[in-house]
Amino acid sequence: MAIVKKSFEMEELDCANCARKMQEAVAKLEGVQNVEISFMAQKMKLEYDDSDEKKLFKEIQKCIKKVEPDCSVCF
Amino acid sequence: MKFKLTKKQKKMLYRIIAGILLLIAAEVVTHIFSLPTLANIVIFLLPFGVAGYDVVRKAFLGVGNKQLFDENFLMTVATIGAMAVGEYSEGAAVMLFYQVGELFQSIATSRSRKSVAALMDIRPDSAVVIRDGERLEVHPEEVEVGELIEVTAGEKLPLDGIVESGETTLNTAALTGESLPREVTGGDEVLSGCVNLTGTITVRTTKPFGESTVSKILELVENASSKKARAENFITKFARYYTPVVVIAAVLVAVLPPLFTDISFKTQITRALNFLVVSCPCALVISVPMSFFGGIGGASRQGVLIKGGNYMETLSKVGTVIFDKTGTLTKGEFGVTELITNGCTSEELLFAAGSAELASNHPIARSLVKAAQDKGIALKRPEKCTDHSGRGISCVIDGEQMLVGSAALMKENGIKYREIQNSGTAVHVAKNGVYMGVMIVSDMLKPESAEAVSQLKALGIKTVILTGDTKSAGEAAAAALGIDEVHTELMPQDKVALAEKLISEGDGSTAFVGDGINDAPVLSRADVGIAMGAMGADAAIEAADIVLMDDKPTGIVTAVKISRKTLRIVYENIVFAIGIKVIVLITSALGFTNMWAAVFADVGVAVIAILNAMRALSKPRKKKA
Repeated sequence: MAIVKKSFEMEELDCANCARKMQEAVAKLEGVQNVEISFMAQKMKLEYDDSDEKKLFKEIQKCIKKVEPDCSVCF
Repeated sequence: MKFKLTKKQKKMLYRIIAGILLLIAAEVVTHIFSLPTLANIVIFLLPFGVAGYDVVRKAFLGVGNKQLFDENFLMTVATIGAMAVGEYSEGAAVMLFYQVGELFQSIATSRSRKSVAALMDIRPDSAVVIRDGERLEVHPEEVEVGELIEVTAGEKLPLDGIVESGETTLNTAALTGESLPREVTGGDEVLSGCVNLTGTITVRTTKPFGESTVSKILELVENASSKKARAENFITKFARYYTPVVVIAAVLVAVLPPLFTDISFKTQITRALNFLVVSCPCALVISVPMSFFGGIGGASRQGVLIKGGNYMETLSKVGTVIFDKTGTLTKGEFGVTELITNGCTSEELLFAAGSAELASNHPIARSLVKAAQDKGIALKRPEKCTDHSGRGISCVIDGEQMLVGSAALMKENGIKYREIQNSGTAVHVAKNGVYMGVMIVSDMLKPESAEAVSQLKALGIKTVILTGDTKSAGEAAAAALGIDEVHTELMPQDKVALAEKLISEGDGSTAFVGDGINDAPVLSRADVGIAMGAMGADAAIEAADIVLMDDKPTGIVTAVKISRKTLRIVYENIVFAIGIKVIVLITSALGFTNMWAAVFADVGVAVIAILNAMRALSKPRKKKA
């Protein structure tokens, strides 16, 4: 287990307010140290605990779909 | 400027056009024929559906995901609500108008995103590396330190290095904002991100791609968005509460008056629906970060790297700028600024001094050697040199006894010399006990320093010098530049103490400008630390909040102007967006405005705020003096 910092592209992120809501939701997930979703850059910067990466990525994707059904992260 | 729509935007455009045509048809049909209510609904649901089916779909998905304050959901409730109270054509038209606004917003956003991306398009895609005599095109990351790369005219330098062969002119504008081309030849250091203009050069790389100048700059600018200004944090907080508050207000508007007065539910529900339309804080959430993004991008184009919106905010309120002297306002290298001969030519004087100091490494000695060599004078190696610690040197050149050094040295040897009252260092020369003359060696002011100081003053900013240099040198520089306050002969800890005093006493915030080499403590202590000419000096980039990529102090003026402009745009947008929304909310509650005005307050305001935010990208206009 280690804390990793990575940046991911986001697809179909269409509204700035949604980006803000997603950021708030993802920040609450367990294993996420820090997250920043930039609407301008269409990117998500993530600092996370990589002990169960797959599960975390799934949860993040779910959070994002909840706010904007068409949006997704390119993990 | 031509702008291509994306596939999605084109599709939206066609849907809007179709929606408008269907709406006009529906209006005509319902005016000519008197149809039953059900038929009316169906006729108006057509344009509504064509324009807004995706909004309705997302609204349902949102409800499934318990996103009740979702923009799509609220918009759907508002328009369907309008139809439910019998305003069929209004419901459909508002949905159409909303989509038009969303399209504009999407176009404006992607356009501004592209302009910022174009500004930062200095990342090289490939490098031509020479391996075993063969030229290979590879990704810059694959080139190792110490390899040879070839850069032809018109290409970007992919990596930092030293020119091995060839000569050319480089355009450094992407790094420094300075459009003056730079000549380079074998042995010169070159930085990645520059554009090779004329010839082909081979370069021996000195840094891997990840640590080269261009990567560092991009990383810095990209990370800048994580350091948020107070204005941005305010918007984030505001956005969190705005939507729920407006929705609750809508419910109150719909329910309360009919309970206590004789106003009908129908009237109040129509009014309340307006609230739902303006319930998205989109205008602010998009435009404020966009302004900072644009300001930081625009500044980097002019050779000013700002590490975050918070520093921009602080710099916009700067009241005092503290300068380090050496290397910041001055070139940090000594030069002969004055030469007084006594019975000989200036060439003879330069020859004598230059030859005597030929072997010395002292900066003043080097400057004397350089001054002679610049004049094309051939120097001779001195013999029997004696170093008179800190006072000068005595030696034999061409069999003649030379004495080069301070006034004290002349006095010791009983030579009559000329007294000098000057800020620089006086170097006296005597041959065989006869006085030849004196040269003044001093640190030269940068040509842009005076302009920077006078422009800062014009912006109402106080200027201060803190220097470890002598009283006479420091005060002479301050007087020449028109600096307001000067403190000299300071040890590093004195600098920190004085800077703290200035920070606590000054109006507004305080910026410190240094060359970053020995100023790290003050750089980090000041409200804003600005490092100058710091390309390549990693420690300075780390410690500073703002980095000026070229050596020019005028960059500070640029930074202050861009910051002030960006902050003005941000506040304009905040006041404008919140103002219009509040006005529309109040007038809606009282029944003075219809849903059209509400849609304008939502998407129209967002588009205007975005267009305003894009101004942050452009250069601040120069005011005429």
